[in-house]
Amino acid sequence: MRRLILAAMLLAGAASAQGVTQNLRIGLREDPDIMDPTLARTFVGRIVFAAICDKLFDINERLEIVPQLATGHVWDDPRTLRITLRPGVKFHDGEPMDAEAVRYSLNRHLTLQGSFRRGEINGVTAVEVVDPLTVLIRLAEPSAAFLSQLTDRAGMVVSPRAAEAAGRNFGLRPICAGPYRFTERVAQDRIVVDRFADYWNAAAVTIPRITYQIITDSTVRLANLQSGALEMVQSVDPDDVAAVRRNNRLRLSISDELGYQSLTINIGNGARAQTPMGQDARVRAAFELALDRQVLNQVVYEGMFNPTAQPVPPTNPLHVPGFLPEPRNLDRARALLREAGVRTPLAVEMTVPNSPDLRQAAEVMQAMLREAGFELRINTMEFASSLQAAVRGDFETYLLAWSGRVDPDGNSYTFMHSRGPQNDGRYSNPEVDRLLDAARIETDTARRRDIYGQIWAIAIRQDRSRIYLWHRKNIVAHSARLTGFVAIPDGLIRPQGLRLQ
Amino acid sequence: MITWFIRRLGQILPTLLILSFGIFALQQLMPGDPALILAGEDRGDPRVLAEIRAELMLDRPLLAQYGHWLWRLLHGDFGFSWRIRVPVGELLLAKLPVTAQLAAMSFVIGVVIGVPAGVLSAVWKDRPLDWLVNGIALFGISMPNFWLGIMMILLFSVQLGWLPPSGYVPLWEDPWQSLATTIMPAFVLGTGVASVLMRHTRAAMLGALEQDYVRTARAKGVAERVVIFRHALRNALIPVVTLGTIEFGRLMAGAVLTEQIFSIPGFGKLVVDAVFNRDYPVVQGVVLATALIFVALSLLADVLYMLINPRLRTA
Repeated sequence: MRRLILAAMLLAGAASAQGVTQNLRIGLREDPDIMDPTLARTFVGRIVFAAICDKLFDINERLEIVPQLATGHVWDDPRTLRITLRPGVKFHDGEPMDAEAVRYSLNRHLTLQGSFRRGEINGVTAVEVVDPLTVLIRLAEPSAAFLSQLTDRAGMVVSPRAAEAAGRNFGLRPICAGPYRFTERVAQDRIVVDRFADYWNAAAVTIPRITYQIITDSTVRLANLQSGALEMVQSVDPDDVAAVRRNNRLRLSISDELGYQSLTINIGNGARAQTPMGQDARVRAAFELALDRQVLNQVVYEGMFNPTAQPVPPTNPLHVPGFLPEPRNLDRARALLREAGVRTPLAVEMTVPNSPDLRQAAEVMQAMLREAGFELRINTMEFASSLQAAVRGDFETYLLAWSGRVDPDGNSYTFMHSRGPQNDGRYSNPEVDRLLDAARIETDTARRRDIYGQIWAIAIRQDRSRIYLWHRKNIVAHSARLTGFVAIPDGLIRPQGLRLQ
Repeated sequence: MITWFIRRLGQILPTLLILSFGIFALQQLMPGDPALILAGEDRGDPRVLAEIRAELMLDRPLLAQYGHWLWRLLHGDFGFSWRIRVPVGELLLAKLPVTAQLAAMSFVIGVVIGVPAGVLSAVWKDRPLDWLVNGIALFGISMPNFWLGIMMILLFSVQLGWLPPSGYVPLWEDPWQSLATTIMPAFVLGTGVASVLMRHTRAAMLGALEQDYVRTARAKGVAERVVIFRHALRNALIPVVTLGTIEFGRLMAGAVLTEQIFSIPGFGKLVVDAVFNRDYPVVQGVVLATALIFVALSLLADVLYMLINPRLRTA
């Protein structure tokens, strides 16, 4: 009997060992939302899309835009984009990926009810099929950021036949032209995709199956990697980096993110803007001068993140190099508070989404601010509630992260423009609005960077409308058996080129 | 007996109705607008928000929303998840076997450890064995599940490599793997149940052992084993059964933290994610299903009483 059990165990072991070589298991930190490129919103969903849905364009590690389903593009004039398509590309259902499919997909993004892509490409006035491999996209006005939108979900092309048949339920079984086709999804547990034999770049894809496993606890996610139950995990905590480095069976990949962590200040959104902090830029300057981003980063994130004063990270060609955080200066901070005539300690409330690292960061800031004459009151809130409070203006300051976009417009316009949909603090300066609009249509990189430099000087340094704190890192850990991973600043895991030994 | 059963069933429907409306109304009090969550980074665009509200009927009065939901429910339609667009009925059916398996395993572990330990410690009251069992039970009650869970993962998966650290394999797919993935969470949950059952079995047994009929049985020279198991334990089991069904119901409602730690895709994880994402149809579905399970279990407890204590059958 005992021998029989032993034999069964060995068999089970052998079976699972065989399974390992067939299957790349990636741990995700949360369950993606709907897998429809038009309706999807979450970052983890984009990681899965990287396997299922190819895009017209992609970005590389230097943030340059490179063709994917397209082979190239030209601007016929600043309002007309001509895109040529890769010949012989097939969708997972065998249908051809052609100009008609591109037209269909873009129109679907623009018209489907509840589309989350509409805002990204709403400058499009028409999509025309020139021939099966050429599309013309007409824009209402020139846009420097438009092409970069086609490197993300707005650039994903879906099979018109499948999308038409499934309608709003397309996301239950997405059919695209990516290297893997969707196989199954068990909500809150896993998403399984299998290699698509007719993929246009099949030579770059060697692993037959990828299983995305949802493991919300970061300690458990890492334990799965350490014990060999996963080959790869996304979003490793900075605290855990040392443990991964010590383990010679694991590899670490760290890259700069596209987004930032910042502090939104309520300047004009309702009654709670009527505070010295909301009404006097000198008070906000004192607040910022009391912070030491370097120390903050050291204490909370083991010094791994990049302290910053602007929304565009250093990896981006449009980062303004000279615009750096001011060093902490308590004397100047106290002097500014005196000049503003406020009674110290000045109470300021900070709304903080409930995550351990942000809570800790808020506590460190509280200690720093106390020395300058601020009494920071930390109001920890569950994320959904904090978001609603921010939109309603029920906050004084709000510690909020932004996942970031390839083009700086996506990191600035929506937060700084007086009509920006995410300008929760209701900052408004006509000159900043004018410059943001100008940056949108300026296509020359150097001139555009100058415009952003001017915007930062007014909106950030002069008006102190928001305080930018740090750029995070994408930290991915994987088994040494997995090779060929290239870290791109968007933090996605692209299956092309990955090999599992 | 049959009229009693029908009467009990008659009480259940209004209970469920009141409960479902309660859930519906309470959700409105939760801060955080579902449309804002669904709008994500487009949250500042009033047009997007209006579209989402219209699609999900969030712009209608509460009673109209409730009436619509109830009407669909009577047709067997729980609605669909706002977040992933999967029908809620499908989600519930997918999670039920997972949670049921975990609950059953935990319960078995709890009963197998808890009841005998309670009997032992009552029979050997105030002796070293009693202290030892009590000490272990106290430890089991006070140990936080997530801590015990993480410690077990670190020991059995990372250090020893005996068990998979997390995840779930269905029983019918691979029974061996299924047991391997659920044994740690079942143990974590089972120790909690065992401790509670042990404490109550002990108290009930101590009460029963002091009863006249036990003294009479002993005086008649009945063997001690028979006295304990046939006379004392059988009477002591009534409160234990009540407690056991409540504990089992609690397990079926989903062990939130334990499921989270071990990445078990059961009710607990489903409802927590749904609450955080303001996925109301899923929350309603899970709560209603849980309520149904509780009601069914309390019915089962009543039936069990009658089997254990025949005197109740005439009442």
